[in-house]
Amino acid sequence: MTMAMTLVHTRYQLLRTVRIPIALIGSAFFPAASMIFFVVPAAGDDPTGAAYATASMVVFAAIISNLFGHGVGVAEDRAQPWDPYTRTLPVGLLPTFAGRILTGLVMMLLSMVPVVVIAAVFTEASVTVGGFLTALVVLVVATVPFMLMGLSIGYLLSTKAALAVVQIVFFPLAFAGGLLSAPDAAPGFVKAIAPYVPSRGAVELMWAAVGDFEVRPLPVVTLVVWTAAMGALAVFAYRRDEGRRYR
Amino acid sequence: MPQAPLAAPDRTSPAAEPAVVARAVGVTRRYAGHTALDSVDFEIREGELLGLLGPNGAGKSTLVNLLTGLRQVTSGRCELFGGDPRRPENRLRIGVTPQETGLPETLRVTEVVDFVAAHYPDPVDRGELLDRFGLTPLARRQTGGLSGGEKRRLAVALAFVGRPRLVFLDEPTTGLDVEARKALWDRVAEFHAGGGTVLLTSHYLEEVEALAERVVVLGRGRVLADDTVAAIRGLVDVHRVSLVAGELPRLPGVVSERREDGRVHLMTTDPDRLVRELVTRGVDFSGLEVRPTSLEEAFLTIAGS
Repeated sequence: MTMAMTLVHTRYQLLRTVRIPIALIGSAFFPAASMIFFVVPAAGDDPTGAAYATASMVVFAAIISNLFGHGVGVAEDRAQPWDPYTRTLPVGLLPTFAGRILTGLVMMLLSMVPVVVIAAVFTEASVTVGGFLTALVVLVVATVPFMLMGLSIGYLLSTKAALAVVQIVFFPLAFAGGLLSAPDAAPGFVKAIAPYVPSRGAVELMWAAVGDFEVRPLPVVTLVVWTAAMGALAVFAYRRDEGRRYR
Repeated sequence: MPQAPLAAPDRTSPAAEPAVVARAVGVTRRYAGHTALDSVDFEIREGELLGLLGPNGAGKSTLVNLLTGLRQVTSGRCELFGGDPRRPENRLRIGVTPQETGLPETLRVTEVVDFVAAHYPDPVDRGELLDRFGLTPLARRQTGGLSGGEKRRLAVALAFVGRPRLVFLDEPTTGLDVEARKALWDRVAEFHAGGGTVLLTSHYLEEVEALAERVVVLGRGRVLADDTVAAIRGLVDVHRVSLVAGELPRLPGVVSERREDGRVHLMTTDPDRLVRELVTRGVDFSGLEVRPTSLEEAFLTIAGS
């Protein structure tokens, strides 16, 4: 029953999201544009460099998609009377919430399609089937902190505030994590702070999945710590919002 | 002629009364420092069409939110078909109207109906529902493109999707033109005639008069009156008589007296008698005005007295 209702809620949330295609184009645009303007001219002929750069852009797309999708999406839903109405239907809280997570996941995967297509068509980047599947799993797991960050923002802030915060946060996250430079070519200060930024652990794991990059422990520990912290914040934000609106 | 005494309804015995479908027992609900409901007792029995009246802020929405499981009581107890409204399975037999401003804009009319229908074991046929509410020509439209009246019709229709035994209708026809209003009232009356129970919230007496049999008046979080429509009509039939005058004698039928900017405002249930009294007693007055009060004013007068 819960499973079936989760699928129903996912289906309608996806439908609602897909009807505003600009949302999808929004998350796909930056990483795809970066591919065309920077990655293809600079590293297109180098198979390893192109594969790493593509992995970076995929993580970048995942960050944007999660932050915008959940941050702005949740804040918007909270402002609509439709949300309280659905709570009078004979359904628990889980299907709506699980539907939200699944919708976010699908939108995230869709947002990186252009990056992958550009990489396959215009660069020498190549990846084994095993590597690709590993990368997919790594991506879903390693971007959990960004999903939780998005949910926290959405449950804590109003739509306008969420939009502003997401816009301020997403670029530094990518830049400071070294997503916009090759693995060892980041500027000095970026190299110094990157290990403490969650996007670094995520991208290092992705690099390891598509090439033979050696993951260092610190960024991964950082990623785990961020995941735990964002999880705690998201739970707090969700409870606080529920408490305000439905107690 | 042989009688069938067992089948005859016995009005005096509580055992013969229809079952209570929703109930509030000593319910108090506070929001950050302000009391929205103050130990309210309330019940709706199967087959009733009950009007819940009161000015804005009287606690109507709070009571409905508690009965539909959206919020928790601060103290007291709410029941829906004998169970806790916060448990999803106890909401299977109710239907609620969303605010028409909240319909998901990008979904089509059919999709919104299907989404709601997916939550019920035996929903009504979509085509039939759309037909009954005059929505068939709009079926393929996205709700964001509907007019206010069309959205309202869809919102009311959604309350009936799951074949409910009890529907909560919140100001169902506010802002509709006469014809659309009449059509919606007919749908509600049909549902009621088929044995359905209705809780109708409104601050328009006219709407409640057209549909309800029993009326509960809420004001400042308390039940002010619980009676037939006719009795409530009499209760809120208050006029305002205002005039410029000095100290007034004790006058009959005056519910309240207030002085403002040199004028005296008297609230009364019988303005004719009041004016006759003023004249017979030789009260020196000028600038006489007699006006019917709005329902809101009338409620506040009852609430204050």
